[in-house]
Amino acid sequence: MPRFPKPPEGSWTERYPNLGTGPVSYDDSITPEYFEREKEAVFKRAWLNVGRVEQLPRIGSYFTKDVRAAHASIIVVRDRERRVRAFHNMCRHRGNKLVWTDDPKNESQGICRQFACKYHGWRYGLDGSLTYIQQEGEFFDVDKSQWGLAPVHCEVWAGFIFVNFAQEPTQSLREFLGPMVTDLEGYPFERMTSRFGYTTTVGANWKLFMDAFAEFYHAPVLHGNQSPEKYSNAARQAGFEAPHYQIERPHRLVSTSGVRFWEMGPDMTKPMERLTQGGLFGPWEPADLGELPKGVNPAKCDPWGLDSFQLFPNFVILIWSQGWYLTYHYWPTSYNTHVFEGNVYFLPAKNARERVAQEMSAVTFKEFALQDANTLEATQMMLETRYVDRFLLNDQEILCRALHTEVRDWIDAHEVREGVRR
Amino acid sequence: MKALLPAEFADLEPFAAQWCLPTEHERYHARLASTTEEMQTFYDAVTPRAEAAMDYLDALSLDSLPDEATNLLYLLYSMIQASFPVELWRQPRVPDSGATSFDCFVEPVP
Ligand code: FES
Ligand SMILES: [Fe+2]
Repeated sequence: MPRFPKPPEGSWTERYPNLGTGPVSYDDSITPEYFEREKEAVFKRAWLNVGRVEQLPRIGSYFTKDVRAAHASIIVVRDRERRVRAFHNMCRHRGNKLVWTDDPKNESQGICRQFACKYHGWRYGLDGSLTYIQQEGEFFDVDKSQWGLAPVHCEVWAGFIFVNFAQEPTQSLREFLGPMVTDLEGYPFERMTSRFGYTTTVGANWKLFMDAFAEFYHAPVLHGNQSPEKYSNAARQAGFEAPHYQIERPHRLVSTSGVRFWEMGPDMTKPMERLTQGGLFGPWEPADLGELPKGVNPAKCDPWGLDSFQLFPNFVILIWSQGWYLTYHYWPTSYNTHVFEGNVYFLPAKNARERVAQEMSAVTFKEFALQDANTLEATQMMLETRYVDRFLLNDQEILCRALHTEVRDWIDAHEVREGVRR
Repeated sequence: MKALLPAEFADLEPFAAQWCLPTEHERYHARLASTTEEMQTFYDAVTPRAEAAMDYLDALSLDSLPDEATNLLYLLYSMIQASFPVELWRQPRVPDSGATSFDCFVEPVP
């Protein structure tokens, strides 16, 4: 008997007939060729989140971002009109990388009045316009207004900065996000400035690592040793079921029911969780955020634990019922490596006790993610042996199935459109 | 030598030099460089004093903590780091994490 009712179609997966229910292959995660196709069809076409507006607090604040999967390196900057803009990080004179510190392979951030090239000193305004050419008279009829930095499509939604590398994006950012995501507007992301950011390089295909955060079926097993034995045993016995899944292509959502650790006996929680009043689900004392927008917990699950919004292709916003949120980014660097970035956001702590609960929650998050990362390297290693290529997915793994299907559909559509194949 | 911690917490001073560390990176690496026994000793000393430490800190403004109080807060952060090996794994690293690392590049101050 399922703990939560399944949709009338019989299962979550069957509600979305394009997904099928059969075994799947992970051919899409083990070759350089497929990664090249993903770059063209997905990462050079979809809107990609590169950060938040709080990272650009003032006029002239900037950061650079390498997006290897789109073969791009960009500058994101707040201009004099306070508008957020993005440019290819390349000087229009002879193509030098414009903004970098010490090592051009590293990303950088800071604040400036203008951008000056380290090579021959050409300068650009915060709006990208070319303002100065060293020995301009030596050039041949240059109209400076035609030689500004090459812009990248850049739009902001709810404080999240997105870029798009297409010549002309086929959809605006809002259209791309769709109502399931834009209904989150009004969530106080901008107030949650207490941030812990973590990064690592994972030796696994980006989709496989996303899959590890798209289902919670693994949690009682893989993360069993994160809790006292009594809790782990109970969790394993119960298994995992989510009360709600939703797919509004290309994006995906899972909501979970809550676990009320604070109502459990002392043998079910760790002494440090009780002492700090924090843990995996966040601070035990919920933050008061006032009324939440309708996009949060859209199925009105009660009890409600979290919503994991998986934004296509590589960005996750995870909203916890305790009043904080996480983001994940998966930036592919090759077919079997990617840079993973996890950010944890809380309201600023009002006192030491709140801050200590946040610390406990952030450290717990990291310990779980370490286990996920190492496990996925083991998965990648074996898939690449290619001895087996048919694998099963259950109904709780619907979002894994959906991600791989969506990527394949984008590649098919793109290649047909471009006449690469019929 | 000048004490690192407030006078009320002089009993924790023997742990201060090793564990009053301002960044997650330093605290996590102090953990990896320690034995479970060392962390058990630290844990046993600091956990019974944690409530008193939080009370002490809560009487101050988090935005303008004096140095000794900031150190006390760092000591509580290190207590959290040490609790994972002590309470669960009896080894510095989470089991089955191999050589995987996860670098904290930004965190709230303090
Ligand atoms: S390449 Fe930038 S000024 Fe020459
Ligand atoms: Fe996990």
